[in-house]
Amino acid sequence: MNVLSSQHRLPPLAAGVILLLLLAIGALRFDHFLTPANLSNLPADYAFVTIAAVGATFVILSGGIDLSVGSLVAFTAVLAAHLIAAGWHPLAAAGVCLLIGTTLGAAMGGLIVAFDLPPFMVTLAGMFGLRAAAFLVRDQSVGVSHPFLAALARDGVLRLPGGFEAPPRSTLMLAVLLAGWALAARTRFGRGVYALGGHERSARMMGVPIGFTKVRVYALAGACSTLAGIVLMFDTRSGNPAAGAGLELAVIASVVVGGTLLSGGVGSVLGTLIGVLILGAIRMLIDFEGTLSAAWTSIATGVLLLTFVALQRALIVWAGWRAQAAAASGTWTRRVEV
Amino acid sequence: MPSPLRDAANPQTPPTPPTDRLPAAPALTADGLEVAFPGVRALDRAGLELLPGEIHALMGENGAGKSTLIKVLSGLLRPDHGRVRVGGRAVTLHGLADAEHAGISTVFQEIDLIPTMSVADNLILGREPTRAGWIRARASRLRARAALARVGLDLDPAIGLAQLPIAVRQLVAIARALDIRARILILDEPTSALSPRETDGLFHLLRRLRREGVAVLMVTHALAQAYEIADRITVLRNGAHVGTWLTPDLPRLALIQAMTGHAQPASPAAAPPAPTAPRPDSTSAPPALEVRALGRRRAVRPTDFSLRRGESLGIAGLLGSGRSELVRLLFGADRPDTGRVFTHGRPVAPGSVPAAIEAGMAMTPEDRRAQGLMLDLSVRDNILLALHARRGLTRPLRPRERDRLVRHYIDSLRIRTPDAETPVGSLSGGNQQKVLLARWLALQPTVLILDEPTRGIDVGARAEIESLIASLRDRGLAVVLVSSELDEIARLCTRALVLRDRARVGECTGTACTESALLAMIAGDSPPAAGARP
Repeated sequence: MNVLSSQHRLPPLAAGVILLLLLAIGALRFDHFLTPANLSNLPADYAFVTIAAVGATFVILSGGIDLSVGSLVAFTAVLAAHLIAAGWHPLAAAGVCLLIGTTLGAAMGGLIVAFDLPPFMVTLAGMFGLRAAAFLVRDQSVGVSHPFLAALARDGVLRLPGGFEAPPRSTLMLAVLLAGWALAARTRFGRGVYALGGHERSARMMGVPIGFTKVRVYALAGACSTLAGIVLMFDTRSGNPAAGAGLELAVIASVVVGGTLLSGGVGSVLGTLIGVLILGAIRMLIDFEGTLSAAWTSIATGVLLLTFVALQRALIVWAGWRAQAAAASGTWTRRVEV
Repeated sequence: MPSPLRDAANPQTPPTPPTDRLPAAPALTADGLEVAFPGVRALDRAGLELLPGEIHALMGENGAGKSTLIKVLSGLLRPDHGRVRVGGRAVTLHGLADAEHAGISTVFQEIDLIPTMSVADNLILGREPTRAGWIRARASRLRARAALARVGLDLDPAIGLAQLPIAVRQLVAIARALDIRARILILDEPTSALSPRETDGLFHLLRRLRREGVAVLMVTHALAQAYEIADRITVLRNGAHVGTWLTPDLPRLALIQAMTGHAQPASPAAAPPAPTAPRPDSTSAPPALEVRALGRRRAVRPTDFSLRRGESLGIAGLLGSGRSELVRLLFGADRPDTGRVFTHGRPVAPGSVPAAIEAGMAMTPEDRRAQGLMLDLSVRDNILLALHARRGLTRPLRPRERDRLVRHYIDSLRIRTPDAETPVGSLSGGNQQKVLLARWLALQPTVLILDEPTRGIDVGARAEIESLIASLRDRGLAVVLVSSELDEIARLCTRALVLRDRARVGECTGTACTESALLAMIAGDSPPAAGARP
């Protein structure tokens, strides 16, 4: 039961409006902006970011933070490329990496729970450690070629009506989004994550298994980052130990712009998709502009991020006023049947 | 959700005291409970009996063991000894889940549920009906609606909890507690954040639950509420069971004596000598402290008093009577809704501690370890803290002056410490209190507010602190003393105010301020049974 009050619905709604606005600006300024090919590229280019952001959404919903996203992406991409170069089938390599990545995430969650450590510090250590591990596997980019990858790129593309195309990574992204939404909204685990981020002490008193839920959240984030790394590797046909630097911050920005409170408890997976697409649309607009420096992407992202955080704060304050007003007028007490 | 125990045949019958329809098997019995923490016996042979269909008040002063007992009954704490029986069967409670399984549900004080989630989410969190692991949305909505209906709340379950006032959240918490078909409902100070009207609403609900056969245990500090709603009252003191009474059989005075352990002195002659008559400095000068209609909603009703130099005013009352709230308002630690404070005829800006200090006030708080002292800092740093803060960066104290001050206060207050560099946390309670006093005396205040200055201090040190307070008063300070030790107020104060249920109910002066007079005013004159039962 995912019923949220208007206070919680507004930020993702605002994000959706901004996305449409950005697309409208692009359509007015550039003739080739709203073509099916271009619109198909937007999700495809950001598939790996979105997949990683789904995991990060759970972490942030639970009141935590994950800084190891970029390093884990690089580590698993290099490891998978290394294994394929050594003769493994790409799916087998992906499976092994997924297992390792999930375990690493669970291990970070376990440390956070067992020693009551701040997630910021544990995942920061993970960020350094896994980046180093990526360079230990291969100190430079590994190119891969495998008949399976060629076949996937050739035959895996879904052709949709209207000239839209969905490469395998877009399809996988959609599947991850759906699974993430169902997990958050329709399972006890998901509701526990929201409760944990909303008020950890209350959640404990209400019987939510705090430790177990946290470990599962970080394991899920590890799995999503790994999946993102594999998508990146399959797409670029190479595993680069330097890949994904700063990705964790782009992911956090997308999650927050998508309406998830950084303090936890409020947000949604769908919002995160909108958040990623907004950042992607800004990038695309500035690329189309041609003369603008790429630095403007970061500037626009920063401004947007600040606007959204301010909007969320304003809504929280507003809701507090309304509750006080309701208490003062006695609207609610009269409802008590005597 | 009809209860099997509801008296369906005759719902109009007013509820009879449970003991009249004996033999009703107790819903819960606990006896011989012992819980020890390092250095403290939190429960020492505590016991309790709850009958189905009764409202039972659990009362006692701070540190009596009420919270510990509740934690044991809800599975959060395991007792070292003793046992709990539910419905006649011995149970071992290893956690909240065990207690819920046994039919015991607890609503803890100031637990806000999850403010970021909807009412429905809060009601069914962790108990969502599922099929193959997926939550069934329709069944969840129905279950949430049923839980709300049980407490008579007509509310859209999809609304966010944060949008509801505290009183409604409290009802939601009770709805959640009852949702597991609880036969025993424990409420920890459920009315502490409620207005009188909201409290009435809650009591109506509790009476209905009583008719349905639920055993309700309610921790409360409000005497009036206990007499209004409770069928029986159990009193704990120092972790031990003092007694359980039918409410009409227990006069207020007897209840307060049971809670505080103060016996009424056998004869007036046994009362300690009262202090000499007040010695006002000069009747023409404005009073050192004047308080007009100072009050704050849900904390304390508007109260007036004034105090001259060389006087000491005691503030007496039970825990929750508003005594600490009043002095917090006085010192600006909380913002008053109404009223003004004047020192020496000049108004003090309300709700500002710096303004109060500037006006010559000083206060030692009730919880000196958490709110007063920096335990890891040295005696010297703790003494100099307020003075440094007042002088700021621009007028630092010279090192020689600092040493002189620290030595002066260690000597004159007889602070027993190996040296000035010892961390305050390693000193005894009495010496910690003296360090705190020294800090404020260094500012040379004219009004000294002391909230429970002798709490947790052994007898010898207590006498020393008391004589220190008396000599400060005699040297011309105006002293406001809050204490739950009535003999202390009787000994030290030239006048005393008595608070009950957050309002001033009495006053005495000089030799009239005896322990028994104070006790009588705290208890009130009204007979306890009057208007107590519906």
